[in-house]
Amino acid sequence: MREIAVVAFSQSACVADIGAVNEVELIMPQLQAVYAQVGLNSAQDVDFVCSGSCDYLQGAAFAFVAGVDALGAVPPLKESHVEMDAAWALYEAVLKIRTGHADSALLYGFGKSSPGELPAVLSQRLDPYYLAPLWLDTVSLAALQARMLLDSGSITESDMAAVVSRSRQNAQANPLAQLAGDVGVAALLQDDYLLAPLRRGDCAPVSDGAAAMIIATVEQARRWGVPYVRLTGIDQRIESHNPCMRDLTDSVSTRQAAAAAGVHEAALDVAEIYAPFSHQEIILTRALGLDEATVVNPSGGVLAGNLMMASGLARVGEVFQRIVNGDARRGVAHATSGPCLQHNLVAVLEGA
Amino acid sequence: MAEWAAVVGIGQTRYKTRRSDVSIAGLLREAVDRALADAGVGFDDIDAVVIGKAPDMFEGVVMPESYLADALGASGKPMLRVHTAGSVGGSTAIVAASHVQSGTFKRVLTVTYEKQSESNAMWALSTPQPFSVHLNAGAGGYFAPIIREYIRRTNAPEGVGIRVAVKDRRHGARNPLAHLQLPDITEQEVRDSMMLWDPLRFLEACPSSDGACAMVIAAADSISGNKPPAWIRGVAMRSEPTMYAGRDEVSPQAGRDCAADVYAQAGVMDPRRDFDCAEVYVPFSWYEPMWLENLGFAPPGEGWKLTLDGATSLDDGGDIPWNCSGGVLSSNPIGASGMIRFAEAARQVRGDAGAHQVENARLALGHAYGGGAQFFSMWVVGAHKN
Repeated sequence: MREIAVVAFSQSACVADIGAVNEVELIMPQLQAVYAQVGLNSAQDVDFVCSGSCDYLQGAAFAFVAGVDALGAVPPLKESHVEMDAAWALYEAVLKIRTGHADSALLYGFGKSSPGELPAVLSQRLDPYYLAPLWLDTVSLAALQARMLLDSGSITESDMAAVVSRSRQNAQANPLAQLAGDVGVAALLQDDYLLAPLRRGDCAPVSDGAAAMIIATVEQARRWGVPYVRLTGIDQRIESHNPCMRDLTDSVSTRQAAAAAGVHEAALDVAEIYAPFSHQEIILTRALGLDEATVVNPSGGVLAGNLMMASGLARVGEVFQRIVNGDARRGVAHATSGPCLQHNLVAVLEGA
Repeated sequence: MAEWAAVVGIGQTRYKTRRSDVSIAGLLREAVDRALADAGVGFDDIDAVVIGKAPDMFEGVVMPESYLADALGASGKPMLRVHTAGSVGGSTAIVAASHVQSGTFKRVLTVTYEKQSESNAMWALSTPQPFSVHLNAGAGGYFAPIIREYIRRTNAPEGVGIRVAVKDRRHGARNPLAHLQLPDITEQEVRDSMMLWDPLRFLEACPSSDGACAMVIAAADSISGNKPPAWIRGVAMRSEPTMYAGRDEVSPQAGRDCAADVYAQAGVMDPRRDFDCAEVYVPFSWYEPMWLENLGFAPPGEGWKLTLDGATSLDDGGDIPWNCSGGVLSSNPIGASGMIRFAEAARQVRGDAGAHQVENARLALGHAYGGGAQFFSMWVVGAHKN
């Protein structure tokens, strides 16, 4: 199977409300940034383009068409789109490169969540006959999940606050983060519940923004002469939709994806985990089998800023950057999708 | 370098206006169960699931792959949701094929659908957007001026669209799954139907359908079932912006590039001669002559002559029958329509197309387009690998 490398990544700052900036304007700076990292002029210089977005964030059918306008798809491009986080666009592009039909790919994801009420919008992702009519929003579902964890005795509210505290502290070194600061566990526990047992800090903020990445075969990366990181494994698994049909205190699909991606074939220096709620980081850390040797979410993770439809790709990008910068040799990136961690993607990156 | 992949199972629902007897999941399962049975495999034999549909707003279910995972037996497996506008049915088949062609998986289930009766597509396409002119327009209103430009350029006679409308409905009458069953339709009936978007009359437009189409795509060492496989000889996708200076909306470059790419992969030199038939996305009658030219079956300006000569008609014994299944003009579950084209092309080369079979079909084109005729996906399937 062809060896694939990540060669460029960029993401926007996470902003609570970007105002009148539209989707094209969100995407273009990130595309320009990744072109510049590789020395490319345009999307025509890669063999394949794939993006991730969600129409319901924009409130219009065909949100991805804005992306095609941002690409400047003249002459026409080999282009595809997933109505998923762009981490799954990366997955599609990896398969495309493995077929031999492409040697390189541009990926991007974007979301402008601020105009809507994100938790309510995402409630319409649930089973349309039995669950969506309840308008069971994402925060409520996550609160139920957190309650099950607490009741099982496997975590405490202090453990959740510790996740938030570390996120805020790590984010102080991340200029793109939306929430950062030196906040201790005791102070966090003083906050009122947003939706018990979740406090506002336990929930990822709503952010507007975009991220982009370029991948290529290792041969193409060498031809370009840019630093690269090998993508040695990628896998994604879904599980049952109905929250009553699975153990919400575990993430079986993450375990399956991690095993298939070869996460534990060598030591891990860094992990970037897409956990929109503090307790989910604990579930995922356990499912990924991480120990003290692995630094988790040095960027602050999505609790410090959550670019819907791009945060998963950005986790891969964060690990890429840490390895390229020499801060780590091998790392794992995780992306999630669906209510209560229904669908999970795991990618393993290693220094060249 | 790509591994060989083939269609080994095809399943479709009957297409109709309203399937109030089943849920969305139930609709998909009808197609999926038939595809699995056709391939002689069960859910345990499937390595990954690839799903596609047109905009989520068409049913009001956000990212429905989450909800559909159980019904599609996807639990514990990789799942991907493709969305590339009207071309999505074709794109989804191509992405599913890449799962096998990449050497990553042995057998993949792919399914596309639309349940238009649970929604209002016109509303979904007309939500007001900031800083944009608000349109309350369906696809017909968008494409009618482009068709008028085609007629102006080529001096095509007025009745060409009517001829296509009748031809595809007569083809559809051979296909028991087709939504519209109009075996006795006449040109006069089409001419007398209401003018919706001049020059498109009511009977020159596609219906609004509920339905799903599924396929099982397998690697060369995992062929199953009792029917011959349809070998995937080429796949291609192209996109261009909705608008740009100098854009040829009548014959988009993305379509021409996509065709050239897929023909080169399949060794097609002259599409009219080399293909035995084609399933091409024609939601409005005049798009047959337009795509005949865009896809190189006819020289520029002469697509309408093939239509009038009966070259694309199975009933007239044409040399290059188009849309023997009845095409989009006979059934249009939007998100599935592209995959139906791809699947019907495969049915032809498997010799399994029933009353709309083209005799000895060996090589067929499947085609889909979407957006403002800006997104294209195509594949070539053959009875043999070369």
